[in-house]
Amino acid sequence: MKQIDLVILGGGPAGLAAAIAARKAGVQDILILERDREPGGILNQCIHNGFGLHTFQEELTGPEYAARFADQVRELGIPCKLNTMVLDLSARRVVTAVNRTDGLFQLQAKAVVLAMGCRERPRGALNIPGSRPAGIYTAGTAQRLVNMEGCLPGRRVVILGSGDIGLIMARRMTLEGAKVLCVAELMPYSGGLKRNIVQCLDDFGIPLKLSHTVVDIKGKKRVEGVTIARVENGRPVPGSEESYDCDTLLLSCGLLPENELSRAAGVELSAVTNGPLVDESLQTSLPGVFAAGNVLHVHDLVDYVSEEAAAAGAHAARYILQGGAEGGEALPVRAAGGVRYTVPTAVHPARLDGALTLRLRVDNVYRDRALAVYAGQTCIWRRKRPVLAPGEMETIVLKGPALDKLPGCGGLTVTLEEA
Amino acid sequence: MEKRELTCIGCPLGCTVQVTLENGAVVSVTGNTCPRGDAYARKEVTAPTRIVTTTVPVRGGVLPAVSVKTAGDIPKNKIFDCVRALKTVTADAPVAIGQVILADAAGTGVDVIATKAVDAV
Repeated sequence: MKQIDLVILGGGPAGLAAAIAARKAGVQDILILERDREPGGILNQCIHNGFGLHTFQEELTGPEYAARFADQVRELGIPCKLNTMVLDLSARRVVTAVNRTDGLFQLQAKAVVLAMGCRERPRGALNIPGSRPAGIYTAGTAQRLVNMEGCLPGRRVVILGSGDIGLIMARRMTLEGAKVLCVAELMPYSGGLKRNIVQCLDDFGIPLKLSHTVVDIKGKKRVEGVTIARVENGRPVPGSEESYDCDTLLLSCGLLPENELSRAAGVELSAVTNGPLVDESLQTSLPGVFAAGNVLHVHDLVDYVSEEAAAAGAHAARYILQGGAEGGEALPVRAAGGVRYTVPTAVHPARLDGALTLRLRVDNVYRDRALAVYAGQTCIWRRKRPVLAPGEMETIVLKGPALDKLPGCGGLTVTLEEA
Repeated sequence: MEKRELTCIGCPLGCTVQVTLENGAVVSVTGNTCPRGDAYARKEVTAPTRIVTTTVPVRGGVLPAVSVKTAGDIPKNKIFDCVRALKTVTADAPVAIGQVILADAAGTGVDVIATKAVDAV
């Protein structure tokens, strides 16, 4: 079996950034495996602008952002096998993949970075009543059809879910000549960025109906109409139904990290994020297997995916070049008081080199709170936040004296408090 | 006297900002909690601009379409004119990133450029 230092599963933004960082950290023998015909992943269909403000201080479109990273990978001479499907990953880091030129092949990797991204929640996962006609798409499928295949999947559209892709597609379908009747959102707040609500809905007079959901889909062969109703305490309110004549229903109801390969390999997954449980080095429960980007937890900005994946690539490089050194004491990181999850969920103080990055999401909309980190019973970091929302990821970087409190503290707690 | 209500996009707070206009001039901005909200609201009611992104078909390329954007902001009320003007355009492969696809789109003085490279077949 061919031996290789680092295999990266996925050539999207996470995989590309991980590869670049690992090469810059001194790993020569790297291979990226990518399912699509070109690198870049989901960015290739995200033709709107707004990417790269943090990384490049300019507003790029998805394909432009992807090209910057793909160009670097090419310039560094890192090989990328395209049109290649990874079939299996073993706990001992044997990668089995297939493509048309190599056939079926296996690689024994010293380290692996999981960078498979996420998938959309389909209709089958949403329990929507009604018939099952054509014309029901996830927003991302519609995005691919419109932006890459050049076809418009419908003319009169209702969108369920106000995730960013749904909002972006409301504008996109409108610009292509479709009529978007409304966006219905089950929660009393939108899961999307404010900027997208303003520039994708308000700009075009598309109503956003919060606390509403689809209670019926009409039509046998093709969608003919959709009924939505107001939701109170998790239940549709009788008498609040509104019917829309439409031929298309788009679903933007959340993203799930794609961990079929990780699960089969025996990687321990979080019940909250559906991504691997990782430590400060973004290493999973399997030694030498690292994870970053949307496969780990769903991000709202690609800039943070690139940043996280670069860290994973650098940590994988250290693992390869120095061997899997024993990390010593591992401290658990707990989420409490309105913090839904943290990444990482464990920290080895001995492995920190000057900084610890914690990423998290809250479980509701909170105003005028403080975000705090405790080492045991001692508060080591605290910042006021005028507003926190589930749709906006928070990042905490601990440095200097705060980190000195970690050894022997028993565990970290990240929590919300009264400001 | 005209009143407009906007959602500020300056930060996740998303303040609802009320702007009062008289003969097209801003008289007052209320509801914002920081100076950014004031600046955003004034620009948004007097001269709102947007970047427009869409696709145009490609002849002889490995992909059927190429993504494009306006090279800079254009007035918000020109969005549909710009998209309509692009409906008549087809690009020939190969297309390079940054290549001008349509000069001076819809009289805005702003070019529309490719945001993706598309190789020829």
